[in-house]
Amino acid sequence: MGNTIEKVSIIISKGSLEGVYPGLIMANGARAEGIEANLFFTFFGLDAINAKRLSHIKVAAIGNPGMHMASLIGVLPGMSAIATKMMEKKMEENDIPGIPEFMEMIADTGCGIYACKASVDLFGFTKEDLIGQVKDIITVGEFYEMAAGGEIIFT
Amino acid sequence: MSVETIGGVDVELNEEGFLLDPSQWNEAMAVELAKREGIEAMNDQQWKVVRFMRAEYEAKGAGPSVRVLGKTSGVTIKELYLLFPKGPAKLAAKIAGIPKPRGCI
Repeated sequence: MGNTIEKVSIIISKGSLEGVYPGLIMANGARAEGIEANLFFTFFGLDAINAKRLSHIKVAAIGNPGMHMASLIGVLPGMSAIATKMMEKKMEENDIPGIPEFMEMIADTGCGIYACKASVDLFGFTKEDLIGQVKDIITVGEFYEMAAGGEIIFT
Repeated sequence: MSVETIGGVDVELNEEGFLLDPSQWNEAMAVELAKREGIEAMNDQQWKVVRFMRAEYEAKGAGPSVRVLGKTSGVTIKELYLLFPKGPAKLAAKIAGIPKPRGCI
């Protein structure tokens, strides 16, 4: 069984919808395969575990070539909200849960959810600002200890 | 692919150990398939999930993903992972003799 992945540690560093989902899907998918998984939220990725913000994660409407529209249109007020609504509708049709439900589900799979200490300090957050599923606020050194012997994925 | 005798029946298994012909399955086979996955004796909850997977497959042609299983089987996602630590949908499908669910979520 030398050719199997036993553990993954996934870093989520971006706070946009398209920045958060891939890491969540990979962590959840890992657990579904019986692979041990940990999620480490750093920098703007912290928004995904911020109790006040995780319901308001938005698609980036500017500087995002994947949107297939001119950046000039993207700067119009409300464009990001419209793009997010459209994306959320598509996701619902495809049975992809919203971020709050997804975080709860991922915690229930036994995946560890951690916040980056440097980022938490930088933004002036405390554990109370984060959702209850967060196991701990850890340093990068502790992250590497936890990730030892497995794969690290940066998103 | 390999041919093995499980529960007194000669069956073909794919590389991951899933039954190639789900119609050959029976509950005695499930007991043996579970043992191969390290479950010495299935408890009532594990049977409930395996039978649910089987019924869903027979009704819809495919087994549910973990999320759907958690919403519809009456067993929560947390419990599912305690019952089948190596992946609930995957393991329950294997024991239920049905193909591995292919959903990403």
